[in-house]
Amino acid sequence: MDILIEFIPNVVKYAHQFPKAILDTLLMLLYSGVISLVIGLIFGVIVVVTRKGGILENKVVFFILDKIINLFRSIPFIILIPMLFFLSRIIFNTTIGISGALVPLVVGTIPFMARQMESAMMEIDEGIVEAAISMGMSPMQIILHVYLRENVPGMIRGITITLIALIGQIAIVGAVGAGGLGDMAIRYGQRYMYDITYTVVILILIIISVIQSIGNKLVDKTTH
Amino acid sequence: MKIGGNANSLSSYRWMKVFFWKGWINMIRLEHVTKSFQTKDGEVHAVKDVSLEIKEGQIYGIIGFSGAGKSTLVRCINLLERPDDGKVIFDGKDLLELSAKELRAERQKMGMIFQHFNLLRAKTIYENIAMPLRMMKKDKKEIDKKVMELLELIDLVERKDSYPSQLSGGQKQRVAIARALASDPKVLLCDEATSALDPQTTQSILKLIKKVNKEMKITVVMITHEMLVVKEICDRVAVMENGRVVEKNDIVPIFIEPIEEITKNFINTTNNSNKINELIEEKHPLTQLNPNQQLVRLKYTSNNTKEAIISEISRTYNVDCSIIFGNVEVIKDSPLGTLVTVFTGDDENIRKALEFCKKEGVYVEVMKRGHID
Repeated sequence: MDILIEFIPNVVKYAHQFPKAILDTLLMLLYSGVISLVIGLIFGVIVVVTRKGGILENKVVFFILDKIINLFRSIPFIILIPMLFFLSRIIFNTTIGISGALVPLVVGTIPFMARQMESAMMEIDEGIVEAAISMGMSPMQIILHVYLRENVPGMIRGITITLIALIGQIAIVGAVGAGGLGDMAIRYGQRYMYDITYTVVILILIIISVIQSIGNKLVDKTTH
Repeated sequence: MKIGGNANSLSSYRWMKVFFWKGWINMIRLEHVTKSFQTKDGEVHAVKDVSLEIKEGQIYGIIGFSGAGKSTLVRCINLLERPDDGKVIFDGKDLLELSAKELRAERQKMGMIFQHFNLLRAKTIYENIAMPLRMMKKDKKEIDKKVMELLELIDLVERKDSYPSQLSGGQKQRVAIARALASDPKVLLCDEATSALDPQTTQSILKLIKKVNKEMKITVVMITHEMLVVKEICDRVAVMENGRVVEKNDIVPIFIEPIEEITKNFINTTNNSNKINELIEEKHPLTQLNPNQQLVRLKYTSNNTKEAIISEISRTYNVDCSIIFGNVEVIKDSPLGTLVTVFTGDDENIRKALEFCKKEGVYVEVMKRGHID
């Protein structure tokens, strides 16, 4: 104990704040991850099927969605946060805390997730889609049984990458009032309590490693 | 016999089905089908004004070099590619006039297999074969019965829980065939189905297709660039070059008397009887003729081999025949013989002898006459 106090005095002193910070970070990861997965997947599918030569080719829909995704991907996340304060107020009636962070996190992650899902689905051999069409499958059946099933390992890889990127963004929203590990690292770091900052970095590293190894396991499991 | 797409002619079509022998009915009819693609280098006319009639129960080969438009053509049959112009009539219906939903119903009556198999990687063999049935919302028992039947047909029952990646190319193609047959189609479209397989596996796949054609009465359209495949199983063949069908005929006649240069080239890939042309050009001693000799190529089928034609010639016309090259090949179960012979005798007798051969149904081609030097 004495050794701990000597080397990481502030961590010991503020230890009681860590569980909540970790929980907040994980909750933000869970909520924004799930929401952006669902919406990102839908956007990804729409982009894949409406592109030129797709099973539901539609120039207008493709053009609009493709440009929206590019637009939101090109806005730096730190700028996206204040841009979306108004939306957070409308939906959650606050701009701070977990709920306040959710809107920018989701809006910032959806385009990234959509592109990851799109590229996973584009990896599917066109011949398989052709075979599905020749079987008389409807576009909806092709989406459900081919596009969403044939490259699950690729999708999991995309989700893993997106979630890891999301951790970085959760740290950023932490600094503007959402709480969580990022908030702790920055707040105490600015007060020269670097041991807390380093501990947070290690904790984030652990979270990322866990996500990565779960991702790898699932990829192995779904690869035939 | 015209089969239109509208309601009136449809009923007459059903009547015809009652009255006519099965082989008369057109299963697929393409009328002036044209398809072009927009590419960076401008417009590519993949299929130009192709008209074909594929009869019920036939195995119809479409042969051509790569880029001839044959794959595009077969994709026009189930509208994987929509023709720019022309008509695609399948089983009495004009496919181009159907709604998306009606078209899907027609597609279920056409199985298709591909060069690279295109099996669902994430699904087991069993699930792959069950797929078309699941999409048709058949009940589980019915699906299971059908899939097991098909697994038996392709002889892969014990591999039913394997994934496609665990199978060899030939096995994958067998699964693809089973999947294509699951919806009880009337037609099987094969797009270069054997091109990715080794010769032995090709033979076994062709055998399976032949069996499917014979036992399940399924019309087959075979796209290929290998004349051996055509020779093995096709009843009729269309030769494609630069997007056009340049020659079409039943299989035996086309082997006996090919007209277009490209057809001759394809046929030459399956045997070496045309080596003789090279020998003539090289002035090989074998082809050196005396003034009273002619070098003649005879082609005959099983129908006219019962008569002892050669002995008949010698006896009646006083013409000696010496065979310098002989070859018998089996084309879709019927033998086709080729003999390159030297006829020795006086001109008039040889002429009469050749007349006689032609009358007996033997294809005759004088390749070289002897000259007085």
